[in-house]
Order: sequence, then structure tokens, then C-alpha cells
Amino acid sequence: MEALETKTLENNTSVKDKKRVKKMMVICARGTLEDVYAALIMANGALAEGMEANMFFTFFGLDAITKKKADHLHTATVGNPAFMRGMPTMIGGLPGFEALASSMMKKEMDKLDIPPVSEFLEMIEAGGGGIYACKLAADMFHITKDDLVPEVKDIITVGQMYELAEGEGTHMVFI
Amino acid sequence: MDTLTINNAEIKVNEEGYFTDPSQWSEDIAIEMAKKENIDLTDKHFEVLNFLRSKHAEEVPLSIRKVGKSGVVNIKEFYALFPGGPLKISSKIAGIPKPVSCV
Repeated sequence: MEALETKTLENNTSVKDKKRVKKMMVICARGTLEDVYAALIMANGALAEGMEANMFFTFFGLDAITKKKADHLHTATVGNPAFMRGMPTMIGGLPGFEALASSMMKKEMDKLDIPPVSEFLEMIEAGGGGIYACKLAADMFHITKDDLVPEVKDIITVGQMYELAEGEGTHMVFI
Repeated sequence: MDTLTINNAEIKVNEEGYFTDPSQWSEDIAIEMAKKENIDLTDKHFEVLNFLRSKHAEEVPLSIRKVGKSGVVNIKEFYALFPGGPLKISSKIAGIPKPVSCV
């Protein structure tokens, strides 16, 4: 019991001496609606809290910053056990089901004042956040800067991404 | 609950420094509050503060996006007016509670 109390005390001290998070590097490698929004909300939230924030989109995450796809992301209705628990997987695979589920989700988000992806990217840029695309993934999918939304600052290598994340108090999140 | 003394007025604030009674707010008090955040308030700042206060009075939950769509400032200007967390800092200066929005 005594040991436990000492431990609590130590924890309190560590909270008091906490170092603030100064910068976020949010890496998004996924192109599903919920994963992209998680990344956008974290980056935008960091800016709103007065931190710096950069985003690095790679692999399927590139869909989120591709002009033709950004506002047409889908949520997975197959291979997603948390989606409508109890619903047979085959239903999730019916033609049009994924589109329907995604549009319903977007409607719910709109009610909560969550903007469409393209507007969210504008907000992040306006807040001083940096939006970057991964060179390797862009090359692989034959994507050039013209295919990407205007908020994308550059297509960069993983090394340049780490340079952006340099400095004390940086946290990295991978989605 | 803490109190702040500004211009000889006792302002009731919470532990983070947000007003617990928005009716205690005045423009003079806002000027002093802003100085603590190293901001010299201009007319544009007051337009934003008044927008926030009116929305709070209407019980509309505030977000950076709403301020950006207010017609008062765009998001970029909002960040420039209140650097280091625009909605949090402006809400504190506007004498309204800390916003709870994630967007």
C-alpha cells in the first residue's frame, strides 16, 4: 500500500513537469473515410491548440488529397467487423451498399459541423498546417502534383518528412 | 474557482482562466485580458469577440469553422488575430467558456 502511494505521488510530479507537445506529424496511409477523418481531425485539432502540424499522405491516403477523390471517400462495409455488428458480410458487399453507408455517414458528420475532406484540407492550410504527399506512393500510383488538391505543398521523400518532424516536442501519429 | 482582479473588478474565472460569468465582461476588461496573451486588440479583434459573445448568448456551439464562415474573418485571419490557438484564446478574451468542439 505504501509503495502504491509513493507511485501516485511520483505520477503527480511527472504531470507537473510535463513538456508540452509542440508539433504533430500526422501520417495517413489509409483511404477510408473514417481513417482520413481521424488524421484530419488530429492535425486540425493540433493547430487549434496552438501547436504546429504537418500531414504526410502516403499509399491509399493519397486519395484524400487527390482532386477527383477527396470528397468521395468511402467507409469499408466489408472486412470491418465494427460496422453494423450482426449484419452478414454478404450484405455489405451488395452493389451500392458501401456508397449508401458512406453517404449516410457523411450526413451524420455534417450535422456535427465536420466539413467535407476538401474543406477540411483548406482549414488546415489556413491554420498554417503543411500538407504533403509521399513521393514513393505518388510514383507508384502515377500521381503528379496536378492530380492533387492545391493545398498540397509538395511531394516529398520519407527523409524530407522526417526533416519536417525535427525538433523537441514533436509527436508522430501513423494512421 | 479563482478570481482575477482587472481594473479593480473582481472577475470570477475557472482554473484555466475562463470567465464563469460572461456578464462580467466589458471591452476594457477584454483589452487587459488580451495583454496577458500579448495581443493588442483592434476593431477587427472586437468584431470577432462580439461575434463569439453573440453566438454564445444564442447557445450556438462554436468552432473555428463557424468563425471562418461568420463573414467577420476567414480562418487564416482568425489564426493571425489570435495566434497560438485562436478559438481558445479568443473565447477567453471574449469572456465566454472554453469551447468544447473538436473541429
